[in-house]
Amino acid sequence: MIVAERKPMVEILASIQGVSRLLVVGCETCVAVCLAGGAKEVAVLSAALRLALRERTSAVEILERSVERQCEEEFNAPLAEDIAKVEAVLSMACGVGVQTLAEQFPDAIIYPALNTQFMGRPEAPGIWAERCLGCGDCVLGRFGGICPITRCSKSLLNGPCGGSSNGRCEVDPEHLECAWQLIYDRLARLGQLERLYAIEPPKDWRSAHDGGPRRTTREDLRL
Amino acid sequence: MKSGSRLERLLWAGHFVVTAELGPPKGPDVAAVERKMSLLAGACDAVNVTDNQTAIVRLSSAATCALLHQHGIEPVMQMTCRDRNRLAMQSDIFGAVALGVRNLLCLSGDHQKFGNHPSAKNVYDLDSIQMIQMVKRLRDEGLTAGGDPVEGAVPLFIGGAANPFGDPFEMRVIRLAKKVAAGADFIQTQCVFDLPRFKEWMRRVVDLGLHEKVAILAGVMPLKSAGAGRYINANVPGITVPEAIIERLSRAGRGAKAREEGMRLCAETIQELRTIAGVRGVHIMAVEWEEAIRPIAEMAGLLPRPEPPEVAP
Ligand code: SF4
Ligand code: SF4
Repeated sequence: MIVAERKPMVEILASIQGVSRLLVVGCETCVAVCLAGGAKEVAVLSAALRLALRERTSAVEILERSVERQCEEEFNAPLAEDIAKVEAVLSMACGVGVQTLAEQFPDAIIYPALNTQFMGRPEAPGIWAERCLGCGDCVLGRFGGICPITRCSKSLLNGPCGGSSNGRCEVDPEHLECAWQLIYDRLARLGQLERLYAIEPPKDWRSAHDGGPRRTTREDLRL
Repeated sequence: MKSGSRLERLLWAGHFVVTAELGPPKGPDVAAVERKMSLLAGACDAVNVTDNQTAIVRLSSAATCALLHQHGIEPVMQMTCRDRNRLAMQSDIFGAVALGVRNLLCLSGDHQKFGNHPSAKNVYDLDSIQMIQMVKRLRDEGLTAGGDPVEGAVPLFIGGAANPFGDPFEMRVIRLAKKVAAGADFIQTQCVFDLPRFKEWMRRVVDLGLHEKVAILAGVMPLKSAGAGRYINANVPGITVPEAIIERLSRAGRGAKAREEGMRLCAETIQELRTIAGVRGVHIMAVEWEEAIRPIAEMAGLLPRPEPPEVAP
């Protein structure tokens, strides 16, 4: 899923300064699952904003909504009426959702309430961790299902750097496992250690963001 | 001859070689480079010049190497994958060769989080093994990574690093084998304090015959005090200084006495390394302590340094 976390309150307050009618819109997909921007978080943030803004001379009106998937226009269509009533929209979706609202409602002012972080998964209650950088040419099959591009701090494709120690990554031993220890252990378990002798060629980064913003076309699905 | 570098010719002639390290200043302070050069001249065969070591911005390795070359000291240019993509690497390599550099050490590089620009974006377009492969292709096939012909020759003696003390241990020999397959001509290892583990690693290296394909220079580091040893154990992943060494240093006393003992310990390590099959030289890393190189080489019986034979490239 896409993992995000809420921006600090001061930053959110600064972005909506002077706004007296506000719409807070959550998204019920990834960011709801990672407890950052679903209906519940919309209610919590709205309550916090009301509290923070109660001293203002003019009253602040906050509308609370959440949609199924903010990255798809059809789910956002019913928001049109509310958006027309407010001065600004605070989106609690990931960056894709925020941009979808901005594209779909060109006259509305949209602010992000979350920092979109990564594609990852929950590792333990309250902990989410990055798993994929979306390089566009998946090599997981050669690395025992562990992504060296994402999980090695240096994206090394041919084995560990000199800093791998006791299974931890030198960059942050307390929190990070060394991806190459994981790859080694998994390949050993699968009886595929011979894979480690092959020199992995330089990656063709054109399929990643380095080739420019990406798009996918499926001719069979085009109208 | 691949490069005709002094280092390559000395190894070719069968000498036990000595390399040292010079950390460039944190700015274009040529006098500082010259001061360090005078400490190293004649005390070793070639001098590694670090590339923004520990991710701290310094005078560029290529420029410092050119200064060394002008003063008749043979440089080994270090280049990391952290700061350059394949375009910048090749262009800087051409520049260094044009200025007289003949040895290149290809490294992954320390992560920028350890340095003085932790908010920087890193590159890691290639890893060190892919860099070695690219440089070999520049040299032997005259082709860039993109496949275009190179104008002019790229006579480089290609080096890589190895850490026999990192984990996973089995991976350490595999990685060396990959560096050799990629085209490494010489290897400089992480500092050896734990001799038994180093010997175990070398035994596997020799079993695989890798020592015949690549010249292995064992890394050593003189310690200034017992505290320096404890600091390494607490802060440097992948190196362990055994208790016995720390104890000897602390028994030696403080200040100059401890430093003297540190140099002696280092010289003893070198003498022991010399007896290990497959070890072709030593790389002395005296970080910000270039004064120590000459006395250590002297104590280890490595002075004067030999002149390499003139070999037609
Ligand atoms: S190889 Fe690429 S697509 Fe596959 S997990 Fe890693 S970053 Fe994602
Ligand atoms: S310690 Fe492991 S994960 Fe960290 S940079 Fe080195 S190889 Fe990559």
